[in-house]
Amino acid sequence: MGLSLNIIDIIVLAIISVALILDFYRFVRGPLASDRVMAADTMTVTTASLLVFLGYLFDRYIYLDIALIYAVLGFIGVIVIARYLEGGV
Amino acid sequence: MQTKSLASKPVRFLYSWFLFFIVWLAFTTSFQLPEVLTGLAVSLILAAISYETFTGWGFKGIKLRNMWWSMVYILNFIWLMVKANLNVARIVLTPSLPINPGIVEFETKLTNVYAKMVLANSITLTPGTFTVDVVDNKFYIHWLDVTVTDPHEVYKEIAEPFERILLKIFN
Amino acid sequence: MEQVLTYLGYILIVIGAIFLFLGGLGIVRLPDIYSRLQAGTKASTLGAMSLILGVGFLNPAWLVKSLVIVIFIALSNPISSHALARGSYRHNIKPWSKEDIDAYRQYLKEEGQKEREEEAKQTENKD
Repeated sequence: MGLSLNIIDIIVLAIISVALILDFYRFVRGPLASDRVMAADTMTVTTASLLVFLGYLFDRYIYLDIALIYAVLGFIGVIVIARYLEGGV
Repeated sequence: MQTKSLASKPVRFLYSWFLFFIVWLAFTTSFQLPEVLTGLAVSLILAAISYETFTGWGFKGIKLRNMWWSMVYILNFIWLMVKANLNVARIVLTPSLPINPGIVEFETKLTNVYAKMVLANSITLTPGTFTVDVVDNKFYIHWLDVTVTDPHEVYKEIAEPFERILLKIFN
Repeated sequence: MEQVLTYLGYILIVIGAIFLFLGGLGIVRLPDIYSRLQAGTKASTLGAMSLILGVGFLNPAWLVKSLVIVIFIALSNPISSHALARGSYRHNIKPWSKEDIDAYRQYLKEEGQKEREEEAKQTENKD
């Protein structure tokens, strides 16, 4: 099963990878808990769009569902942690 | 929320059921009988739990005029969002990082709670500004590049492009 | 027609990827959590929306589903970043500011005073 990528696909994948690395840098460096949560949230959104793009490349519809569920779970997680920071849980 | 235009309880219940079911259909994008039946059941339970806080107007909010202005609002919003994104991109790419962040306040003319919610979320989604808190009529906005601090000036700068259309939808 | 959709889709995808990258750059470069929330989450939101819509254009059978994801991201992201900002502020994380512009601190101070006064009144009443 061969996967044929054209040059634009490769460039897009490379740019998204760099974006993920930048987000991950902030996730590791912190310095505050909310910085990490925010970096994780950004990574969630980035990963969701990467999943959708991979779904297009592999031609698998199920990737879209996974991306949607991933975005939903990330959203709920951020809300819960924000509530915790505010002291309302 | 204007209490005078509150819809009756059964109407509100049906409205929330209907909306939740639409959301279910959108999320599953499948019309097979078992999935649709499950969706009906799940949205029925959700509506039974949450209809009292979920909606006040019921179907009365859906009008042709409102739909037209909502379309105008969405298009206008997308345009503003792209413009603001380019602005933030310029800031991030400038080596000297020309920012002057701060939290400013302004007072909104909107009275409807849903309208305020839409305004707050629109301000948040436009980069460069986001809503830290809403207290009654006062919005507290974190602004990446503060140019004015006077509430009236801030209102003109940030909220006016959105409010002009929102006032038409909700009043 | 299909050709046009393909070009449009690829343009949207490239724009989306660039904005995702700018979001990452923003959250690395900007000085504090609030500014990072601005650049990071929002540039990424626009990037994700544009990229997913682009995939929807490339493969029209997926357009409905990708629109659902786009709408969900557009609705959920402002809520989560607002919640995070307010949570951080109430967690006593001060925003970085050159000219010290902070209207919200003033409000919280007044509110805190009111609450303390009310509490004092209540304890007086109890006595």
